[in-house]
Amino acid sequence: MLNTKQLTGKLLLKDGQVYLPNSSKIEKRDLLLENGILKGMEKSIEVSDGMEVMDCSDRIISPGFTDIHVHFREPGQENKETLKSGTEAAVAGGFTTVCCMPNTEPPIDTQESVRFIRQRQEELLAEIYPVAAATKGRKGKELTEYGEIAAAGAVGFSDDGAPIATGQVMRKALEYAKIVDKPVIQHAEDLSLKADGLMHESKVSTALGLPGAPAISETTMVYRDIQIAEYVGARLHIQHVSTAGAVELIRAAKERGVKVTAEVTPHHLMLTDEAVRTFDTSTKVNPPLRSRKDVDALRKGVADGTIDAIATDHAPHAIEEKEQTFDLAPPGMIGLESALGVVVKALVDSKITDLQTVLERLVVSPRQVMQLPLDFYTLDNSANLTILNPEEEWVFRREHVHSRSANSPFYGSQLEGRVKAVIHRSQLITSE
Amino acid sequence: MSALSQKHMLGLEFTPKSDIERVLETAFSFREVLDRPVKKVPTLQGKTLVNLFFEPSTRTRLSFELAEKRLSADTLNFSASASSLSKGETLRDTIQNIEAMKIDLAIIRHNTPGAAYQLSQYVDAVVINAGDGTHEHPTQALLDMMSIKEEFGHIDGLKIAIIGDIAHSRVALSNIYGLRTMGAEVTVCGPPTFIPPFIEELGVNVSYHLDEILPEMDVINVLRIQKERMQTALIPSLREYRALYGITRERLSGLDKELTIMHPGPLNRGVEIDSDVADSEHSIILHQVLNGVAVRMSLLYLLLGGQEAKGGANA
Repeated sequence: MLNTKQLTGKLLLKDGQVYLPNSSKIEKRDLLLENGILKGMEKSIEVSDGMEVMDCSDRIISPGFTDIHVHFREPGQENKETLKSGTEAAVAGGFTTVCCMPNTEPPIDTQESVRFIRQRQEELLAEIYPVAAATKGRKGKELTEYGEIAAAGAVGFSDDGAPIATGQVMRKALEYAKIVDKPVIQHAEDLSLKADGLMHESKVSTALGLPGAPAISETTMVYRDIQIAEYVGARLHIQHVSTAGAVELIRAAKERGVKVTAEVTPHHLMLTDEAVRTFDTSTKVNPPLRSRKDVDALRKGVADGTIDAIATDHAPHAIEEKEQTFDLAPPGMIGLESALGVVVKALVDSKITDLQTVLERLVVSPRQVMQLPLDFYTLDNSANLTILNPEEEWVFRREHVHSRSANSPFYGSQLEGRVKAVIHRSQLITSE
Repeated sequence: MSALSQKHMLGLEFTPKSDIERVLETAFSFREVLDRPVKKVPTLQGKTLVNLFFEPSTRTRLSFELAEKRLSADTLNFSASASSLSKGETLRDTIQNIEAMKIDLAIIRHNTPGAAYQLSQYVDAVVINAGDGTHEHPTQALLDMMSIKEEFGHIDGLKIAIIGDIAHSRVALSNIYGLRTMGAEVTVCGPPTFIPPFIEELGVNVSYHLDEILPEMDVINVLRIQKERMQTALIPSLREYRALYGITRERLSGLDKELTIMHPGPLNRGVEIDSDVADSEHSIILHQVLNGVAVRMSLLYLLLGGQEAKGGANA
């Protein structure tokens, strides 16, 4: 259950360590809110009469996280997730802004469908920005109306769930997206190389007798798309990078000035293909969980900035869909509520990088990828904060989930780093 | 309580040598039962078993049914096409319906890897994997091992080749796991499009050249070639396959020793194996079939609590 409390009067967040995006530092600051509006941020603010004080001495305070890759299933599959339940899961995980993917039923491929999402803002706990389909009906043939759709509020264009398969359509999409200077967001996967692959092609897939999707089914597509983006000079964003080879390609492309950005999911930073040995269908994801070498390269990519954003690819599925055999179960896992705990464990606890860098990939660079406002700690604006304990060890359980779906392989896992509260739109939201 | 170290028989990847030895030893004692005029013992009287066949199978199903009948178990047969599952009924629904009938042991054949493992997560009953897609088929491998042991008296130290479509076989992995556990050296041989990537990491030798490996082998286990593989461009023609990998009398006659020849059946005579080879005195294909019943009797008996390997036959 989420607890929401309307903030009235003065609230002082006292003695918290505050993540400062501009300097990428974490320093002690006191924050003063009045009716949920940020009124002060100083090294020390005196407590005065009538001020409610929240002791944040063992807390990190950060601008609210942004997840640029979620699936909220509305319209069409509200049994799995709605905009309401999805944004509840988001704030429970510390995300106050999300970008939802267009593979709904019908797909978000018109300005009207974009408005349908955007007009729901006020009733939802998190800010929500739709990514519109790159092609009509996500069929990979005709471009959607990028100009009007962007004007209606879409932040990018993607056929996610499937790649823009042909090079010619990808070229046209990247060219046409230059009109609105929005990214074309690619689910990079060569379907013919993937063939009937159900997991990463490896020793494990061979041992399990499951058809494998080789790492090259991702890297060949990433290579192709980078080449096209470089040729036409457009903005390309690669979703859920899963292979060491793709990280290398993106790193090299960035070094020579290609406008390419990339994201990685918490589960690809934490789990290898060994997790599939249980035949637990919640480990069936697309792209699949890869090898230890890939996981190490992804972690390094986050640390050195090759990978811009950590995005959950939160993909809710109904229980009955996942309680099938491995071939029939749809790919995807939920990820919003476990994201911070997984990422801190994968990156900070294992000393790959520091908490500042993790927060940068959850707060700043996702917004840069989608060109969302970088308005952190703006005085006289509604406070938008995520308050967390980076050292809290906790066991992730089904009851921590606010999504309508429950498909996660992390139940029972000990995670590190926990969201304690979110302040957004003058509400204090906690889930404990 | 199982007399083995594991409750279920889901595969041989993690089955210890002691369990395999116990199953084989008990199977040899059950072989004696099959040679008697009255081929039935009351060992599993009062136990209820269900045969869950989600895809067609003739040999394995008949072999299990016969083993169950020889042990006097009560049996149910459940057949469902995998397609009915895709119409909304989940594997778990099916399982729960079956378990509500208080079954002691379930034998499952399914076209998806992991189905038997998943079943074991959902039910209290003992589960035997009778083939889950291209994953494992442990009872086939056990009967293969029994047949090799019958022929040679031992398995360790033997050089055994598995020849053909390794990637799409339900037999190959269980054979690899079991034979390696028992100390054999295993080589897989076939065209590269039939060899799963990374299989050498499972501890086997890989060859694409049959004539190079045959002189070294003691046993060859020849797998069936499914003709539809041609349509998926994995092999250009059956004619060329036979030329490169077919087990022919001519190919074997050039060797300076006789090989023991196995095949899990059904045979594509004239494709992967010629009739005169399959029916020769060096072929133990029909022994495999008989041993299949004995191995399954042994496994049912041990998993349902039988203790004494030697006592099985007379229990």
